[in-house]
Amino acid sequence: MADFPILSLLIFLPLAGAGFILTIRGDDEIGARNARNVALWTSIVTFVLSLFLWVNFDNTTANFQFVEKVDWIPAYNISYHLGVDGISMLFVLLSTLLTPVCVLASWESIKDRVKEYMIAFLILETMMVGMFAALDIVVFYIFFEAVLIPMFLIIGVWGGKRRVYASYKLFLYTLAGSVLMLLAVLVMYVQTGTTDMQELMKAHFDPSLQRWLWLAFFASFAVKVPMWPVHTWLPDAHVEAPTAGSVILAGVLLKFGGYGFLRFSLPMFPDASLYFTPLIYGLSIVAVVYTSLVALVQNDMKKLIAYSSIAHMGFVTAGTFTLTTQGVEGAVFQMLSHGVVSAALFLCVGVIYDRMHTREIVAYGGLVHKMPSYALVFMLFMMASVGLPGTGGFVGEFLVLVGAFKANSWVAAFLATGVILGAAYMLYLYRRVVFGALEKEELKKMMDMSPREWAVFAPLIILTLWMGVYPISFLDVMHVSVDNLLNNVQVALEASGSAVVAGR
Amino acid sequence: MIKAIVFLPLLGAMFAGILAFVRVGKDKHYKHRIDTYAQWITSCFLLVCMAMSWMTFADVGLGGNAYTVTVLSWIQSGDINLNWALKVDTLTAVMLVVVCTVSAMVHVYAIGYMHHDPDVPRFMSYLSLFTFCMLMLVTADNLVQMYFGWEGVGLASYLLIGFWYSKPSANAAAIKAFVVNRVGDFGFALGIFATFIMFGSVNLDVIFGNAASLANANILVFSGEFHAITVICLLLFVGAMGKSAQLGLHTWLPDAMEGPTPVSALIHAATMVTAGVFMVARMSPLFEYSDLALQVVTVVGASTAIFAATVGCTQFDIKRVIAYSTCSQLGYMFFAIGVSAYQAAIFHLMTHAFFKALLFLGAGSVIHAMSDEQDMRKMGGTWKLIPATYALMWVGSLALAGVFPFAGYFSKDIILEAAWAAHTSVGNYAFWLGITAAFLTAFYSWRLIIMTFHGTPRADEKTMAHVHESPKVMILPLLLLAAGACFAGWGAYDWFVGHDAEHFWGNAILVLPTHSALEDAHHVPAWVKYLPLVVGGAGIALAYVMYMFVPSLPGKVVQAIKPIHTFVFNKWYFDELYDAVFVKPCFGIGNGFWKVGDQQIIDGLGPDGIAHATQETAEKTGALQTGYLFHYAFAMLIGVVLMVTWYMIVHVG
Repeated sequence: MADFPILSLLIFLPLAGAGFILTIRGDDEIGARNARNVALWTSIVTFVLSLFLWVNFDNTTANFQFVEKVDWIPAYNISYHLGVDGISMLFVLLSTLLTPVCVLASWESIKDRVKEYMIAFLILETMMVGMFAALDIVVFYIFFEAVLIPMFLIIGVWGGKRRVYASYKLFLYTLAGSVLMLLAVLVMYVQTGTTDMQELMKAHFDPSLQRWLWLAFFASFAVKVPMWPVHTWLPDAHVEAPTAGSVILAGVLLKFGGYGFLRFSLPMFPDASLYFTPLIYGLSIVAVVYTSLVALVQNDMKKLIAYSSIAHMGFVTAGTFTLTTQGVEGAVFQMLSHGVVSAALFLCVGVIYDRMHTREIVAYGGLVHKMPSYALVFMLFMMASVGLPGTGGFVGEFLVLVGAFKANSWVAAFLATGVILGAAYMLYLYRRVVFGALEKEELKKMMDMSPREWAVFAPLIILTLWMGVYPISFLDVMHVSVDNLLNNVQVALEASGSAVVAGR
Repeated sequence: MIKAIVFLPLLGAMFAGILAFVRVGKDKHYKHRIDTYAQWITSCFLLVCMAMSWMTFADVGLGGNAYTVTVLSWIQSGDINLNWALKVDTLTAVMLVVVCTVSAMVHVYAIGYMHHDPDVPRFMSYLSLFTFCMLMLVTADNLVQMYFGWEGVGLASYLLIGFWYSKPSANAAAIKAFVVNRVGDFGFALGIFATFIMFGSVNLDVIFGNAASLANANILVFSGEFHAITVICLLLFVGAMGKSAQLGLHTWLPDAMEGPTPVSALIHAATMVTAGVFMVARMSPLFEYSDLALQVVTVVGASTAIFAATVGCTQFDIKRVIAYSTCSQLGYMFFAIGVSAYQAAIFHLMTHAFFKALLFLGAGSVIHAMSDEQDMRKMGGTWKLIPATYALMWVGSLALAGVFPFAGYFSKDIILEAAWAAHTSVGNYAFWLGITAAFLTAFYSWRLIIMTFHGTPRADEKTMAHVHESPKVMILPLLLLAAGACFAGWGAYDWFVGHDAEHFWGNAILVLPTHSALEDAHHVPAWVKYLPLVVGGAGIALAYVMYMFVPSLPGKVVQAIKPIHTFVFNKWYFDELYDAVFVKPCFGIGNGFWKVGDQQIIDGLGPDGIAHATQETAEKTGALQTGYLFHYAFAMLIGVVLMVTWYMIVHVG
């Protein structure tokens, strides 16, 4: 069982499903239905298989597990190398969970080019899983960049009115960052002669070189997170993307940046990470306060939630660079819970968008009268988003703030204002959409959630509460890996004579 | 048993919540049956909880058997190790009795009061959910779980204030309550972090165990070095100020009266708003080591007591008068804590829960009888029509005004005596403001009674014809609360602040030997003992003169002190101030960041700007390709000339 190539299976099963959809004939309703079914079952099987990772995961070691290594381009010492540790394993699961949710969420709302749409999503899943499982920097880079292609198509083909503008903005923004990262990868290869990530973590780069490399990677990751001021592609992309596109974008793609900081910036460039910590703190604080205030004045539901995502990701970047156990574990946890909660919030918008075809907040009001179950679900995720204890949103924020307070109490205080503002903009949104009198004629015909929509939300509801009440299931997975990461950073910093301010 | 007390309400809430969905789309008769199920299930659960809470009180409070039960592990990260655990000591046991009893009474009362409401199961579900969160709060064995309960009651309060969600004012009040409380929670959260930094744990037992040894320690926060326990206590107190509506963070409480009246009684009078008092009393082992924090608590408490009492004298909405009264009484509790008379504060918390819940539910009974009228200017002349309610309101008011032998007399007197006995400048400040507030309390209480029940009827005939006494299911809970308002004072005096106090409290509250205000309070001069009674009597007498015997007098007084009255009537302009300083600027800055920061600067210079520049360059270069042969020939010629020139300069010259 140990040498069963489970990760490769998880990566290529969706691709196989996509290939199968290609063979489906006919563009009629039957062809579309078959394509939907194939996509749904492929992604569900992939998810079930990915649970195998969790069940067989060894919490007690920081080593990479389920490792596969095959020579790929031996001349350049590049190999197809996969494996997961306590940080990446849960992200693989997040990706495999959200894909079937997305397929199911698009069941009725996508009517044109259904085959191509489903193919795009399955390929997207391949890229996401591959990205989180990659242990060779070339493999990583390929998956990291290739994700853009299906995402670009999903927004550009199935998006809203300004879809072309949004998809180009997304593409160019991210590509610009990635070019710098590619340069850095080349430099690292020239320096060390290897592209193996585990080797690179052990290669101590010269501190002054580290800063350049760090900045090059930062350019790429900061766009992905996104951090202020390179965040403006996100609201546009979210607004124009179809619901499921937003779900994947907020749920998984934004985590690429945070994951990148944990996988590359901290372990490979520890001195530079310490050096640039004030920069990260500053940008994170600006992100939290600035985007929370911007979210307060939005008229478009998706834009509001997009801006709230940027604020929440500000917690992630700040927590990562506190270099404290709580900060880093909080950042990982926050990414996971944000992956579930923001995905669910975009689905909430999708539910009413499918009925009314508008995202304008003023077009709604008083939905609770006709859609009580929807109101309940939306309430739960809104509360998770504002970090109510007992939901997943609380644990991550709490741990990040604890870590931040240890490292620098000002940072914690500024970040915590985001908690106040978050409550303000989310409650204000909820009040305008769900509460109030039901006055608009066209809203009176709205139907409450269908069984299919319940099926979409059910796993996310369970996860949100589970993460809030018993987060240890998730924290236990990451403890050893996070400790190992921070120990290595500590050792490297001591070796180069930099003092770490914060205790652990 | 403690698990059953805490989790039965949660079970009830889930049950009623499910029923709320079951009844959607069913016919009227069926709905009514579902409503009845939801009401009786939740109420019965709460009655069971009430009985068990009394048993726990007997066991833990009187018997001295404090214990902690671990339910489940919660968060574990680095040196943070938290459990879901239920800690029961005397302080918790007192709160259990208060919460469960008032909650049970309110549940039963709501059966009658919400009879006509179309959303009964949802209401019962929220009430039970609130009770669960409140119980989690008072049984917390660590600060983070307390924060869970703290935010949970905030959620329930938000849901219940906005229960009638079609009303814009109710929605606005609900958001205001949640957000203002979040401001307080901001302080609470930072306090928790600071505690964790200092003590390496947020577990109450660990904190209390190490408090003495860290009494003089300093902490490095906010770019400075401060006395650690003072910093922690002040931050925690900000949280308490939000929840308990103390001056500065009080603005949400009067607006919260938009919720149904049983909610006002349960949440905004008896239990949730006292959470701040409970928290500070719970943290007594820390507060005792910070004189500065205690002084701040005293001053804030005393100032709130007088502020809210003045506003209470000018309002016309019957529920808002009682809301400001609550705010004022919470101020009493805080300044009691400030002079280290924690036991007196909790004593007043307990008696206040009974008589204030009684007053609110009585007011609800009046509103019910008056066809949902809340303005006292449109009431009057009803006391013969609703005698039971009238009598019960008298009992509540007597207790509130501190008339012997009602409950408020004992608890308020001991607080004022302790403030005097502290012999500090802040203690004196609190004492004299407290005495003045006691006068105003008596005045506005009887102003309320006279305006509501006496004089000529000011409602229209249709309303007056409809005035009726409330059903038994509403009166019976009131009787039990009235019993509490009559007897809880002298009945519990010895346990809480009298001879048996030391045995009763056990280790639940720490008071340093140097802080002996409560002890000294028993040996104060006679005039200190009798002054509250005298001013109370004077307040009642003044109310009779102004509103019963010379009804033209209030108008003249208002004219005579016009500027002061306007200032007080508008609640000292706190809402307007906050709106101008916080709310409007936030929206303005948000708009600025969005339109200018994001769209003009970042997009303008970034992606859009670059795209635009690329396009422009392309167009200009494109324009060079004219297609005319002589243009190209001319360009070639210029090129040749330039090359030759360059060659000559470099190589020949």
